Amino acid sequence: MSTDSNVTTAAKGVRRGGLREKLQQLMALLGLLIIFAAFSFASPTYFPTYSNVISILYSAVVIGLLALGATLVIITGGIDLSVGTGMTLSAVMAATFIVTWGLPVWLGILCTLLFGAFLGLVNGTNVAILGLPPFIATLAMMLVAQGLALVISKAIPIYFDPVAHSSYLWLSNGELIPSTGFPNAVVVLVLAALVAFVLLNKTLLGRYDISIGSNEEATALSGINTKKWTMIIYSVAGVFTALGAIMISARLGSAQPATGAGYELQAIAAVVIGGTSLSGGKGTIVGTIIGALIISVINNGLQIMSMPQQWQNVILGLVILVVVFIDQLRSKRAATT
Amino acid sequence: MTTTETAPAPGVHDPDLLLQVEGVGKTFPGVKALEDMRFDLRKGEVLGLVGENGAGKSTLMKLLTGIYTRETGDFWLDGEPLSVHTPKEAQEAGLSIIHQELNLVPHLSVAENIWLGREPVSAGFFTRPGEQVRATRELLDRLQMSLNPKALVSTLSVAQQQMVEIAKALSFESTKVLIMDEPTAALNDAEVDQLHELIRRFITPSTGVVYISHRMAELKRIADRITVIRDGHYIDTMPMAETSLDDVISKMVGRAINTEARPENVRTDRPVVLQVSNLSTKTLLKDVSFEVYRGEILGFAGLMGAGRTEVARAVVGADPIDSGEIVLNGNTVTIHTPARAAELGIGYLSEDRKRLGLMLPLPVSHNIAISSMSAKFANGFFVRDKAIRQAAEDSRTLLSIKTPSVNQLVKYLSGGNQQKAIIARWLVKDCDILIFDEPTRGIDVGAKEEIYQLLNKLAGEGKTIIMISSELPEVLRMSHRVIVMADGRITGVLSAAEATQEAIMTLATHRTDAITTQKAEN
Repeated sequence: MSTDSNVTTAAKGVRRGGLREKLQQLMALLGLLIIFAAFSFASPTYFPTYSNVISILYSAVVIGLLALGATLVIITGGIDLSVGTGMTLSAVMAATFIVTWGLPVWLGILCTLLFGAFLGLVNGTNVAILGLPPFIATLAMMLVAQGLALVISKAIPIYFDPVAHSSYLWLSNGELIPSTGFPNAVVVLVLAALVAFVLLNKTLLGRYDISIGSNEEATALSGINTKKWTMIIYSVAGVFTALGAIMISARLGSAQPATGAGYELQAIAAVVIGGTSLSGGKGTIVGTIIGALIISVINNGLQIMSMPQQWQNVILGLVILVVVFIDQLRSKRAATT
Repeated sequence: MTTTETAPAPGVHDPDLLLQVEGVGKTFPGVKALEDMRFDLRKGEVLGLVGENGAGKSTLMKLLTGIYTRETGDFWLDGEPLSVHTPKEAQEAGLSIIHQELNLVPHLSVAENIWLGREPVSAGFFTRPGEQVRATRELLDRLQMSLNPKALVSTLSVAQQQMVEIAKALSFESTKVLIMDEPTAALNDAEVDQLHELIRRFITPSTGVVYISHRMAELKRIADRITVIRDGHYIDTMPMAETSLDDVISKMVGRAINTEARPENVRTDRPVVLQVSNLSTKTLLKDVSFEVYRGEILGFAGLMGAGRTEVARAVVGADPIDSGEIVLNGNTVTIHTPARAAELGIGYLSEDRKRLGLMLPLPVSHNIAISSMSAKFANGFFVRDKAIRQAAEDSRTLLSIKTPSVNQLVKYLSGGNQQKAIIARWLVKDCDILIFDEPTRGIDVGAKEEIYQLLNKLAGEGKTIIMISSELPEVLRMSHRVIVMADGRITGVLSAAEATQEAIMTLATHRTDAITTQKAEN
């Protein structure tokens, strides 16, 4: 009977689908390990040391936080180009709240997170209500945020007071577990990844996120207020961006209004390397974290091998090409057989 | 024509045969898609090819055009062995296929689409748009198609796009065999007649057409012989004139089906559930008023573009309305979004399941639970996966959805089971009003029957059903009352007793003159 053969094809689909997803993550993890092993081999004395591993983790924090938010947005089928300069502007705002206005550190942090949510909400509104393509809406926000960061700070870095704002700086540089050399920033990234994981896998937000990315119109016709949820998702991404802003400014001890551009591409790269589909509907938090770590390992390893800074981006670009190409090759093969 | 048809004898190449398919097999990992498949097309005939979804028709087409490679068997075209590797080679050999999904480029004109890839050029590079338009006009005149060669394909109706596909296929001088896969799925009856007229004109003593369709009534009209395939196997070939539809259907599904069932009883003694008054939209609808009773199946008939889907979309808030009032169980309501409609218990099942109904890459369970996610399957913000799985399992049993697991991705289900998953979505949501837009489009005959029984059962349980359908037999069979639309207006309401094909078609063509003049003005 036709039904029987349908069921067998279908059953294969299930197994293949589940397997492919696991394989995807396994591949990313394997890639990370291979790259790590390669650098360890190339530079056995300096690369695979405890302090260097911590430094790799440390430098993955900011890209990781930005990438977490970007993952949620990219799963809707959108894109957020404003995470880099949005982070810069949020950092300037954090410094403005705490240094210039003298707000208590906790309140300053809260205001910064809310400000990040606001930036995301503006993006979400432009996308969901005005119907602008996400690329355009967030490109505009990227430019606006870049400009505003310079305007608000008058293009001068704002420094935190190492004594008065020590608790702020402690967020990134402090050690929750003393004398391990393990910075709080990494703890923050782990916690943020946990939150993102729960959001994506256990909550309505995650379910609607994936559903919108799979088929926005069908989701809307199913009775979901997709506009509202799109706005919420961009806002949540904004909160992750603001968290990234807090971590980078706490690490540097200052808000640097002229930096930040370029981070958005690294964040998107981390998301893509982690196996999230740019066409939406599919993505994982674990993959994104692995993606961020891969970028961090490459940057760190090339530095240790005294590869000039300019070459790091060349290598990173090639890694993205290879990773995405392999992924597409695999899904194409799965589709044709 | 002989009275008894035997399967084409292997190894014999009759000069009267235009296309011969012999012992063709194809295996996909884990599935035998085709085994010892055969059929033959005689010169000057239309051969109907029928089989349920999954019977292997599409695979066969893809083998013929070289998209897939066959493992066993042979193709013979006009006595010559046929071996092609791309659709273009097939076309050059004289085999043109018009696929179910149209393959046109929406932002190019009719002429540009027809000559895509073989544009008239000068100096080997520069296009000659004038020459292209002239050739197109000549071609369209020859085929007696009234299309503007310069019109963008995206501005054409589905029926007109179909015409463009056919014109494209026939623009190849070499075309001897035209294979059409469900060519009328999106056409109304008048357009079907037009298509059949085209086919008859194409047929000469040296050409032939393979006509794949689910629609038995059409095959009866157009086909000379009919070949039935099932589960990748050849079943039988019969002369159309001596074959009853029930016969064909029972060969297709391997069991007998009663196609003559009519609604059991009329439900106008029941309370009115939904009343729509003077609904108008900026684009099409004018003063649409109707009411639906509890437990009723209200059919919406009409030609393509009459505004039936637009009524459904306006009622559920998917499109903005200009004026009009909706009264639900005695209360006036305003519905601006499908979310609001769902909240009020109105579920809309779109005519385009894949584009507007399903989240294809997601599991069956998600597709069933999506509408009730926040109301039934969440503790505050957190989703209860166990409850989702349980509800999906219950739906699977209740509607007998055939899937190895509710975690299966919905894209792997057959059309009928996908449709059931969407029905389950609205049943889980406890919707009392279900608006079905073309509930059996692209669904095979056996599954159709199941959907019909399901609709009857739901109505029997007190659900209110609005059924939009372009298939008149379906409308007649299912509806307690039939509303006929034309040009954005309701042109008549028929009771089950009054509803006949003739009565509906008369009302449906009520305003076609007005439509034609409007189009001419545009």
